[in-house]
Amino acid sequence: MDVLLHQILSGLATGGIYASVALALVMIYQATHLVNFAQGELAMFATYIAWSLIQAGVPYWAAFFLTVAIAFALGVVIERVIVQPVEDKPILAVVIVFIALLVILNSLAGWIFTYTIKPFPSPFPTAPLFGNRYVSSHELGSIGITLVVLALIFVFFRFTPLGLAMRAAAQNPVSSRLVGIRVGWMLALGWGLAAAIGAVAGIMVAPTVFLEPNMMSGILLYAFAAALLGGIDSPGGAVLGGFIVGVLENVVGSIIGTELKLTVALVLIVGVLVIRPSGLFGKVHVTRV
Amino acid sequence: MTNNKDVIRRNALSRGQLIGLAALLAVACVLPFVVSNYRVFQLTLTLVYAIALLGLNMLTGYNGQISLGHGAFYAIGAYVAAILMDKFGVPYWLTIPAAGAVCLAAGFLFGLPALRLEGLYLALATFALGVAMPQILKYKGFEHWTGGVMGIVIVKPEPPEWSGLSQDRWLYFVVLVCLVAMFVIGWNLLRGRIGRAMVAIRDQPIAAQAMGVNTAMVKSLTFGVSAMYTGIAGALGAIVIQFVAPDSFNVFLSITLIVGVVVGGLASISGAIYGALFIQFIPNVADEISKAAPWAIYGVFLLLFMYLMPTGVAGFIRIVGGRLRQRRMR
Repeated sequence: MDVLLHQILSGLATGGIYASVALALVMIYQATHLVNFAQGELAMFATYIAWSLIQAGVPYWAAFFLTVAIAFALGVVIERVIVQPVEDKPILAVVIVFIALLVILNSLAGWIFTYTIKPFPSPFPTAPLFGNRYVSSHELGSIGITLVVLALIFVFFRFTPLGLAMRAAAQNPVSSRLVGIRVGWMLALGWGLAAAIGAVAGIMVAPTVFLEPNMMSGILLYAFAAALLGGIDSPGGAVLGGFIVGVLENVVGSIIGTELKLTVALVLIVGVLVIRPSGLFGKVHVTRV
Repeated sequence: MTNNKDVIRRNALSRGQLIGLAALLAVACVLPFVVSNYRVFQLTLTLVYAIALLGLNMLTGYNGQISLGHGAFYAIGAYVAAILMDKFGVPYWLTIPAAGAVCLAAGFLFGLPALRLEGLYLALATFALGVAMPQILKYKGFEHWTGGVMGIVIVKPEPPEWSGLSQDRWLYFVVLVCLVAMFVIGWNLLRGRIGRAMVAIRDQPIAAQAMGVNTAMVKSLTFGVSAMYTGIAGALGAIVIQFVAPDSFNVFLSITLIVGVVVGGLASISGAIYGALFIQFIPNVADEISKAAPWAIYGVFLLLFMYLMPTGVAGFIRIVGGRLRQRRMR
C-alpha cells in the first residue's frame, strides 16, 4: 500500500510537469489549431538559459523569472518570424516548420552547451517537507508551482481584458479584427505564454531528469498524450490529463517495468485518438460538407 | 480539353524522357567503377534512401497522410533482415521480400487506426511511434531476437564468383536492381487507378468517396505499401551497413526521411532521388560548414525550402523546364 501511495504521489509530481507542457500545447492549439512539435525543445532550451544564468551567479529565483521572461520573448519572436509566414499554408508545411524548429533548437543546445548531462539545482530543501515519508519536497514543490501557474493562467484568461482579447482572437479572428483586436499579435502572445509555461515546466523537471538536449522528448510525448486525453482544445482537460497520465505512467511503469514507458505513451495516444478523438472534455469536431 | 492531352502525356513517358532515363541508368551502372569503395558505399545508401523516400512520398505526398514515424518501419525492415540472416541463416536476398511482407502487414495494421486520424493527429501518432521505436527494440522480452542495446552484426554478403565485383560494388548493383524494380512498380501504381484514387483522397476526400473510391481501403493499403517500401529499404540498409542497433533508428531517422521527401519534392517520383542525394550528402556539407551543428544547418535548409521552394527540387526543375520550353516556343 505504501509503495502504491508513493507511486501515485510521485506520479502526481511528474503529472504536474506533463500538465504544464500539455497546457502550453493546448494554448497554441486553441489560438492556431496547430500542435507545436517544438514545444519540448523550446522548454529544454529555456532550461539551459536558466542553467547558464545560475552558473553565472544569478540567484535561483531571479534566474527563474528572468528565464521565463526570456522564453516569453523567444516564443513571440519565433511566432512572428518563423511560424507566421506559413500559418495559412497546408498542414504539412506547418508540421515541417515545427520539425525544423525542433531540430534547430536541439542541435543549437548541443552545440552551445554540449551533450554532457548536467545536474540542475532544485530550489526546495532536500529533507522532505512536513516530515512525510511519501513525497520529496522537490516533488511537492513542483506540484505547487504547477498549480500556481495554472491559477495565474486561469485568472489571466478569465479576468483580464488582454486575456479576453486573446480568447476572442482564437475563437473568431475575423470579427476580432473588426473590433480592433490585433489578431496577429494575440497569436504571438499566445506563443510567448506557451513558451513561458514550457520554461517553468523545464526548470521544474530538470532536477529529476537532468539537463541534456534530449531531456524533453519523452516528456513531450506524455504531454501530447495528456493534451489528447483531456481534449486538445480544453485547458482544464489538459491539466487533468497531465495528472492522470503522470499517475498512470508511474503505476504502469512499476508493473511492467520502466523500459517500455514511451510505448505506454504511444498506446495511450493511439488509443485516445481511436476511441475518443475529442478526449474527455474536448469539443466533438464536426466537419461541414 | 488541353487537360486530357496533358493527362495522356503525363501517363506515358515521351521518347526524350525514355532516352534520359536510359542515360541515367547507364551513368548509374558506370559510376561505381570510377569512384572509391567508400563513395560506392555512400551511393548505395543513397539508393536505399531513395526507395524509402518513394515509400514515404506515396503516403505523405500522394495520399496526404503525414507520417513522422516512418523510421519505425525502416527499423522493422532492418531487424527482420538482420534476425533472419543472423538467427536462421537465411540468404540475404531472401530477407528483402520477407522484410517487405512484414512491413506491409505492420503498415496496414497501423494504417487501420490511422484511418480515423487526420493531418495533425496522424502526424502526432506517427511521431509517437517514431519516438517509442528504439525503446521497443531494446525491450528485454525481445532481447533474444534483437540483441538488445548491442544490436546485431551481420555478415557482408559475398558476391558470386562470375560477377568478379568487390563486395561493395556487388551490393550497389543489388540495391540498384531493387531500386529500379521498386520504382517501376511505384510508377505503375501511381499513374493508374489507385494512384488517382490516392490523390483524390488527398485533395477532396468527400468527393472521392462520393465517386465510389473505397477511402478506407485505399488509405490503409497506401499505408501498407508505403511501409513495405520503407521496410525493404531498411532491410537493404541493414545489409549494406552490416549492423542494426536500436539507437540508429531514433526519431531523427524519421525526421530525416520526411526532410528528404520535402526537399526532393512532394508527390513526385523523381523527387525521391533528389531527396536521397540531399539526406546522404548534405550532412557532409553541413559538417564542413560547422562541425558542431549539422542538424541546425539541416533545419535551416528545411525552413528555406519550405519558404522559398515548397515543391522541392523536383518542382523547381519542373518549373525551370516549363519556362525553357515556353521560351523555345516563342
